[in-house]
Parts: sequence; C-alpha cells; structure tokens
Amino acid sequence: MRFLLLFSRQGKLRLQKWFTPITEREKKKIIRDMTTLVLARQPRSCNFLQWKDLKIIYKRYASLYFCLAVENQENELLALEVIHRYVELLDKYFGNVCELDIIFNFEKAYFILDEFLMGGEIQETSKQMVNRCIEASDMLQEVRCTGTNAHMDLNHTRSIVISHVVFICLFAGVGILKRLGFWCFTKQ
Amino acid sequence: MPAPIRLRELIRTIRTARTQAEEREMIQKECAAIRSSFREEDNTYRCRNVAKLLYMHMLGYPAHFGQLECLKLIASQKFTDKRIGYLGAMLLLDERQDVHLLMTNCIKNDLNHSTQYVQGLALCTLGCMGSSEMCRDLAGEVEKLLKTSNSYLRKKAALCAVHVIRKVPELMEMFLPATKNLLSEKNHGVLHTSVVLLTEMCERSPDMLAHFRKLVPQLVRILKNLIMSGYSPEHDVSGISDPFLQVRILRLLRILGKGDDDSSEAMNDILAQVATNTETSKNVGNAILYETVLTIMDIKSESGLRVLAINILGRFLLNNDKNIRYVALTSLLKTVQTDHNAVQRHRSTIVDCLKDLDVSIKRRAMELSFALVNGNNIRGMMKELLYFLDSCDPEFKADCASGVFLAAEKYAPSKRWHIDTIMRVLTTAGSYVRDDSVPNLIQLITNSVEMHAYTVQRLYKALLDDISQQPLVQVASWCIGEYGDLLISGQCEEEEPIQVTEDEVLDVLEGLLVSNLSSPVTRGYSLTAIMKLSTRFSSVNRIKKVVSIYGSSIDVELQQRAVEYNALFKKYDHMRPALLERMPIMEKTASNGPTEIVQTNGEAEPSVVEPKHPPPVGQPASQGNDLLDLLGGNDVPVIPTTMPTKPASAGGELLDLLGDLSLGLSLMAFYLFDLFKTVNFLSTGIPPMTAYNKNGLKIDFTFERANPNPNVAVITIHASNSTEADMTDFVFQAAVPKTFQLQLLSPSSNVVPALNQGTVTQVIRVLNQQKQQLRMRIKLTYIHKGSAVQDLAEVNNFPPQSWQ
Repeated sequence: MRFLLLFSRQGKLRLQKWFTPITEREKKKIIRDMTTLVLARQPRSCNFLQWKDLKIIYKRYASLYFCLAVENQENELLALEVIHRYVELLDKYFGNVCELDIIFNFEKAYFILDEFLMGGEIQETSKQMVNRCIEASDMLQEVRCTGTNAHMDLNHTRSIVISHVVFICLFAGVGILKRLGFWCFTKQ
Repeated sequence: MPAPIRLRELIRTIRTARTQAEEREMIQKECAAIRSSFREEDNTYRCRNVAKLLYMHMLGYPAHFGQLECLKLIASQKFTDKRIGYLGAMLLLDERQDVHLLMTNCIKNDLNHSTQYVQGLALCTLGCMGSSEMCRDLAGEVEKLLKTSNSYLRKKAALCAVHVIRKVPELMEMFLPATKNLLSEKNHGVLHTSVVLLTEMCERSPDMLAHFRKLVPQLVRILKNLIMSGYSPEHDVSGISDPFLQVRILRLLRILGKGDDDSSEAMNDILAQVATNTETSKNVGNAILYETVLTIMDIKSESGLRVLAINILGRFLLNNDKNIRYVALTSLLKTVQTDHNAVQRHRSTIVDCLKDLDVSIKRRAMELSFALVNGNNIRGMMKELLYFLDSCDPEFKADCASGVFLAAEKYAPSKRWHIDTIMRVLTTAGSYVRDDSVPNLIQLITNSVEMHAYTVQRLYKALLDDISQQPLVQVASWCIGEYGDLLISGQCEEEEPIQVTEDEVLDVLEGLLVSNLSSPVTRGYSLTAIMKLSTRFSSVNRIKKVVSIYGSSIDVELQQRAVEYNALFKKYDHMRPALLERMPIMEKTASNGPTEIVQTNGEAEPSVVEPKHPPPVGQPASQGNDLLDLLGGNDVPVIPTTMPTKPASAGGELLDLLGDLSLGLSLMAFYLFDLFKTVNFLSTGIPPMTAYNKNGLKIDFTFERANPNPNVAVITIHASNSTEADMTDFVFQAAVPKTFQLQLLSPSSNVVPALNQGTVTQVIRVLNQQKQQLRMRIKLTYIHKGSAVQDLAEVNNFPPQSWQ
C-alpha cells in the first residue's frame, strides 16, 4: 500500500497516512488529485479507479471517504476488506464512530491504524488483538497533559479508574507502575 | 504564562471559524502561542502543544518548527509523550531532513525498553519512515526482536524487517536465520507478517526464492487448516477464517510456484480446493477467489485448473457487483495473451460490459474487446465497437478510434468493408481521431485502387454534411483532389453514382478554405486539392483565380503554396500535368512509414526531400502509366519516357525552377513521384541508355543508386513496343558476370502495348562490390502476332557512372 487518506464530502482531510517517503508538495498534490477524482465519481460506480501506476480503492462510509492506494499487483477486493476492517476497529473503539469522533480524536485514529497496518502491510488480522493492544496502551497513558482521555467512552470507565490508580502509583515508583500496568493488561 | 489550551478546545474553536481568513487568523495566533511555549522549554505542556500542531498540520498549515519538539517528546520517559512524539515524527519528519537522524538513538533505546508498547512504538516508527542510515544502524536490534517469543513484538519486528530490506536490500541475508521457524507460529499476526517478510525476500532475490521453495508444503498445510477449520471468532470475516492470511499465502505460493514444476504440482490440490469451496456470496470470498485465479494463471498449473480459473472469471463477469466485474475484466486482460481461446468463450459477456454505466468497467471492456478481435469475429465485434464509439464519453473516443483502425487494418475482410469502417469512424468520432491517423488512412485509401471512386464519393457526401471534424475533412479534401475526376464522371460500381458538377466540388473545397472551422492544416490540404483538380477538371480559370487570391494570404503556409502554384500556372504550365498527376501507391515502410507518407503528401513543412526516398521503382511508374492511360491525353504518357532522353533541359529547367523559388527541393519535388527518375537523374547524374532496340521492341535502362548501400545500382528497364500488335507474355531475363549479384524484381506487367501506348517496367538491382565494369546479357521472350519470339543480347554500353 502506498497511502491511505480520509476526507469528508467537502474535501477536508481528516487523516493521512503515507507508507513511502514523499515531499510535502507532492503530498499536497496527491491529496488534491484524490479528492477531486473520488468526489467526482458517480454514486453507484465501482470502487476502483486507475491513477498513474497505482490502483485507487475508495469507499464511502457516512460522510467520510476512505481512499487507499495500492500497487498494481495487489488484490483490490482485499483492499476493500482492509478499509472495512479499519472502520470496524474505529467503530469498536469509539462506539458507533462518526466523523466527529475522528476529527476530535485524530491521534487515536492514528494509533489504531498503527496497530493494524505498518509500512503498508497488515500487521494484525485479529480484531480483538488490535483492540486489546490499543486499550492497554491507553492505560499506560498518564492522564494529565493532552486532555484527550476526557473523551473516552463509557465503555472504558473501567480503564479510566485503573488509569487513575496508575496515576497515583506514579509516586510509588516506576517498578510498581510497571507491574501494575502489566497486571491491568492481563486482567482484560 | 497561562496553560496552553487543550487540543479539544482548539479543534472546537477552529471549527467555529466561518471563513478561511478567520481560520487562518486563529491558527496563526495559536502557532505564535505554541512557539513561545516551545521556547520556554516547558515539559508539561509540550505534548499538548505538539498534538495541536499536528492538527493544524493536517489542515494544511506549516508545522516544521515542531520537528525538534517531537524529538524531545520521544526522548521523554512518559508514555503519552512518546506516543505523540512518535506520531509527530511520522507525520512531520521524513528522510529528507537531517533532523530525523537524531531519532536513531532514541529509537535504539526504546527498542530495548522494558514495556512492550514502547518497543512497539519504536518498531512502528522505524518500520514506517526509517531512512537507510537508520535502518543500517538498527537492523541488528530488529533482528534480535524477530527472534523473541513475544508475538506482539515479533510481528512488528517482521514488518520492520520488511521495511529495512526495502531500504537496504543488502541486509536481507541478516534476517535469514531468524526466518527459520517463523511459519511454525500459531499466532496469526506473526504468521501473516512472516509471510509478508518471506514474500519480500523471495521477490528480491532468486537465491532466497530457491531456498524458500521447500516451504511450499508447510504453506499448503497452513492454508488447508484455515479452510478446513471451523468457526474461529478471532479471525472470522463473514464465515471465512482469516481471509487476509489466506490471500497472503496464496500470493507467496504464486511467487514460489512460478516457473517451477514441482512446487506448482504441490499446490494444485489446495488451489482447486480453495477455488471450489470458497463461499462467494460476500466480497471476502471473492477476494480469495480472485487471488486464487491470479495464482493459478501464474504458476505452471495443469490445464484443468486453468480452465477452472477462467470459468471463475467468467462467473465474475456475470456478477451483480460492479467491483467484481471490474476485477474480472482486468484479470482477463492479463490472461488473454496466453489463454486466448478460453477467453474468447466469454466474448459476448465482455461485449455486453461495453454498455455498462460504469466508466472503469467500460474502459476495461474496451481494452479487452480489442484484444479479442480476430479474423473470425471481426464483423460482429466491429459492429459492437462502432456502436460503442458512437455513444461513449469523449475520453474514450481517441483510444477507441485508434483501436478500430488497428483492428480494421489487421483483419479487414474486404476493402469495401475497410473503407466503410474508416468512414464510419471519421464521421462519428472525427474530431477525436489522432493526427497521425490521417496519413495512414490516406495511404490505405490509395492502396485500394478499385475503391477510389466509391471512397471519394462517400467522402464528398460526408463533407457536404459536416465540415467541423478536421481529420475527416483533411482525408476528404485529399481524396477529392486526387480522384476528383472519378467523382465528376460518376462512375462508381459499388453504389449509386451521384451527379456532381465541377463547380459544386470547387464550391465545397473553397468553402473549406474560408470556413472558420478549418484548421490551418486543413486549409493547406484543400488548397492543394484545388490545385490538383486543375489537371482533372476543365474549369482551370476558376482554380487559377482561387490560387492567386491566396498568394497574399496572411497564413504563411497558404501563401507559400499559393505562390508556388501560381508559378506553376505561369511559368511551368507544361510541367503542371506531370507534377499533378495521380499519386502512385505508397509503400508503407516499417521504419519510416508515417514520415515518408507525410512528405509525399506534400502536406508537411517544406523540408528537404532526399532523393533516395522514392520507393520501389517498378510498381509506381506502371501504376502511374495505367492511370494515365485511363485519363487519356496523348502527350501525357510521353513524359515518363521522354524525360530521361532530354535530361539536360528538363533538369536544367527544374534547377531553374528551384533556383527561382529558392526553396531548395521544394514542395514541387513532393509531386515528382513519377518524375522521380528525373530527380534521381539530378542527384545521381547517370544518363539513361537504350539497351536493346530490335523488331520494334525497345528497352531503355534508367539508373539510380540505392541507399544505404552505394554499391547497389538500381536499374529500371522500360520496354516499349512500336509495332501495331501487342507483345504478350513478355518475359525479361538478365544475367551478369560472377563478380556481380543480380536481383530481378517482378515486372509491372507482361504485355507491352502496341504503338508505344505504354511501357512495361521492371527493376533490376545489381550489387557491384568490386566496382568492375557492368556487363549484362539479356534474354527476351514474348508472343507477337501469334508467334513466339526469343532473343538474346549483350548490353555493354553502360555509362561509367553506373558502376563506378
């Protein structure tokens, strides 16, 4: 895979993941091209198009377009499944995910993506595994600074409690923190 | 300094901006705040600030001043900091900036961190954007992690290794030992990434490929387990167990089995199993089937399996899902070369796809249809393709038109059908036809001699309807110029002849000249056509008037032509008929076909025509002669034969002509197709000679040097008959001494008409490497007045220049 873009129906970028090194200018150009190409497509046309030497697979979920570019020898139908899997992961994490979730929690969307794909390849094929890893990583986060934890779903209250415990234990020393973190993970 | 606002707040604020300017203002304010916060080296809020910066970066604003801050975050001990820091590094940094190298040490430390999630972050970042230097430094760490028992880390290390290999292929060997028992893992994540790693290694190195071939049985077993195993909640997707892994294994099998009989045989069963057992109701199943088909087509599979694969593709074509139809068409396009007959069976479905509403599908269907055209189905296919050409979007028309021309040229069942097809394309998609098709079409038309009348008639009618499509207009005006006489005379066997007067034709051509729709090139074509008609029509005065008007045209090209034609009328009127007579058949040479034809059309810019250009000598001249006969006119046939005999004056005049107009070998030369002999005479300076003259049969030799080989002399014999009876079954044979090599091409005909009404021409090519004096013995046999005549003669009076 070469890149993954998420953009709204008005062409506003919500997420960009590049799997090969590209200059900023080229990135901007590609984003412009993709949004124009994909937004111009008829509603019931097929999800594939050819662009330069890449195959573009796109799918619309509610108000967001997911646009994935793969090389010519890759399987387009499977790429559709990859997009779908990512949406499922986001949905499981945020609970009925909508565009606003991704706008306000873009860094989480990136973290989830980084647990699912890496270097343009799938890294984990099990939904549950990805979710577990994300939740465990979230628990390791120290609550204060970014304020991003405030938006966590009700489903994650347990993890919020535990993360508070973790915060308190910070003062108890690094060793206890480590052990507690590990304990929380196995408890899941 | 108050605490910087939270990320969430910032996002909310920015979203309330109603205009781009308002948004920019907010962002600039926030950027300033962030910058001052960075300057204060505040550890507590750095994470928050960088997160905000990343958001603004996504909106498209510059964020490069945050790069160093990302590095500081990565170096921090807090997990939150590291998380945002690494994310920032992946978004803001890339190999081009030297800054990224500072990350190397941090990553190295984090790769050895006690928390696996930190290690994971480091591996992820390295695997996404690690530069070659970083990869070289850290490959050892990655290799170590590849051997760990922690599956979370192992899978990440595998993908990181893939990235390292992509960046620094030489390091591939390093990871070989670690791959030993990768496939015996139970964890699907590790299994999947291992297959990816193995695929990458096999794709890059044939040695690795050979080495890993032994894994085929293991891979087959894993695939089998996946298919046969029951429901597994972890990996199930719509009833199929881990489709991602299945597809990846199929892809690796494809690479391993390609070109190798044993491996291919080992996979035959499992491929058949997957192909038949996979559930096809959902996209997932079809994705696996698609990959299976691709694998079957690539390896050395048995024919039964290949047929199965093509049938699967055929079923795909009938699927309601557009994506699947698209994928089927793409795959069939790949296989049409190798399994042509099998794909032909699905031709009707493919042709139906031309009518699909989806643009991507239409394009694929069009490409595939052209690939499927052959001699048997040409008529039916062409009907469908022409219908498609009528109704398709403009983006397709150029490609479709070119495809139609190519297919028509290869498989045309008859000349008339060919001309009709060309006409159809020109009239429906005329403006989208490529510019280089025009000369090709003209060449095609000249080659189908018997269709000239029909062609010109149809083109004329098309012109009456519509003059906006330039390629059509250009071809039509050229043809009218050439064959206007046929148009007027109304002789047409193929169709109802139309009654057209000279004035009407000239009206149409003049109309082209003045119309706004005509491009400059088209105007050039029509002016030349009008000029040519001066020898074919009788209303010469009208033509003279038109031509003289354009002598002062603003368009330089038109002006030049008009001036030259004027000169032709005034000073060189006696040459006019010869110059403007019918074009002979143009040979399409493989190497310089289009350019040659363009030059001979005379539509190109006045570039220098090299004298070597004239194609095989024998045919064209005789064609010209035949057509000249058709036209009648007693003085005309004389020219080809008399010109060589008064070389000096003709050459002299021609030189004067060229000198006067000071155009070098001007456009005039372009029309000297039949006078190529003269041109050649000018260039070679070898005078023609009479080789034999007895009993009324006269044989003249004319010479030219063939390029590129100057040792080859090309001699054209012209046999003429001054008796009252024709000489039939005329055969000319020649023999040369052993030091020469002789090649005799076919004669123009074997009847020498009586009373010098025409000549038989034949080309002799003599290779004279030793530059010896040319001598030839000729033998003539013919039937004259009922009796057979045979004669032998020696030809010794070759001019010295012919063999020196």
